[in-house]
Amino acid sequence: MKLDPTSTDPLKTQTLRYLDWLHRWLAPDNLAQLRSKLSFQTGILAGFALLASILLGITNCSTEGAIQQRLAEDLQKSLAEVVPAELHDNDMLQDTRTIPSTDYNIGTDETIVYIAKKAGQVTAVCYKFTAPDGYSGAINMIMGVDRNGNLLGVRVLSHKETPGLGDKIEVAKSTWILNFVGRSLDNLTPAQWAVKKDGGEFDQFAGATITPRKSVQAIYRSLQLFKAHQAELVKP
Amino acid sequence: MLSDTYRKIATDGLWNNNIVFGQNLALCPLLAVTGTATNGLGMGLATLVVITASNGLISFTRHLIPSEIRIPIFVLLIAALVTLVDILMNAWAHELYKVLGLFIALIVTNCALLGRAEAFASKQPVKAALWDGLMMGLGFTLVLVVLGAAREISSAGTLFANASVLLGESFKFLEITVIPNYKGFLLMALPPGGFIMLAFLIVGKRLLDQKLAEKKAATDVLTPMPAE
Repeated sequence: MKLDPTSTDPLKTQTLRYLDWLHRWLAPDNLAQLRSKLSFQTGILAGFALLASILLGITNCSTEGAIQQRLAEDLQKSLAEVVPAELHDNDMLQDTRTIPSTDYNIGTDETIVYIAKKAGQVTAVCYKFTAPDGYSGAINMIMGVDRNGNLLGVRVLSHKETPGLGDKIEVAKSTWILNFVGRSLDNLTPAQWAVKKDGGEFDQFAGATITPRKSVQAIYRSLQLFKAHQAELVKP
Repeated sequence: MLSDTYRKIATDGLWNNNIVFGQNLALCPLLAVTGTATNGLGMGLATLVVITASNGLISFTRHLIPSEIRIPIFVLLIAALVTLVDILMNAWAHELYKVLGLFIALIVTNCALLGRAEAFASKQPVKAALWDGLMMGLGFTLVLVVLGAAREISSAGTLFANASVLLGESFKFLEITVIPNYKGFLLMALPPGGFIMLAFLIVGKRLLDQKLAEKKAATDVLTPMPAE
């Protein structure tokens, strides 16, 4: 498009005048004298706040999708660790159900259950749960259970336990958490669902009893949660 | 070559006026993350980026900032920068974010950033301010890594454990077991151990400075300044 020179010329001079004014306004001498004025101080603080908000707003909006996707990938990775790939052919992230869990999963009124299906049949379920009473804060875990209530795997997602002692619940530090594979409410009595010090089946760590004790208790409660909703969860 | 001013900024940042050894600032993030050398390195690099950016930004806008309201503006700028880095890293460098994410938010509590903004960036041209941020950041990283390494060796007998998670598989060679079959010394991994080790490091630095000053005084006597 070709612009009529007579119509752009005033625009150009106007723009140049504004730029010139801005240039003179931004000169250190002018700013030095403005800086002591209350109205300038108020304005400049508001200006900085506005600029920061706009910048953060734009960044937040433009990265929201990417961050959601990264979180979904993280979840996918955790799910894959506790539910073997050969057990399902569906996208577990899309196949979810929400069950009330106030009694068993302490601290959460509702638990999202990811359903693993093979050829339309429910083969396993997977959900996150929490031991709210670890030695130094909540221990967040995820577990996979097959349709009969046998544990497929448990992993710790995050915790604040003592480094070198309580952190043996992580699979990277010790194989302790792998001892739960194949366990269920049927093949262990309630008394056996405890650390050895309390007369149960599972090892405690030298120098740290509370962390494994509370982990075992939370896993036990989570299995009860599955049992309470088993009929509803495994129906196709 | 560096001019004298820039060389002085460098030696101040790295040694003489080091954030931790010279100014005794930033102890909160320092003690929180230096359980291992790897964590120290991660926190140091994250701080390095933010302090350089905040120094540059504050120096660039220094004529606009009235001294009466400079503190709120500095805090605003630093907090915005840290949040920006936090969001961007979460989106585009997610693996690194999972390791460093905890530390990024901690940078806001780092009073060294405000200290540099106030003492240096608000009075100096952009180039000098960027250089100062870089050197202060490097000096801080150095202390974090040394303190982390000292605590890690004494608490677990290893050095740079999990460095490959932070830096990638090619840095696996950094992970060394210094003392095999070490039974562990938990105190050094916990916050009190941080204070104790930091005290040793500061004493060591002071002793070294004293030795250097004595040596310098001795050589000055032996080789007098040439006559005018």
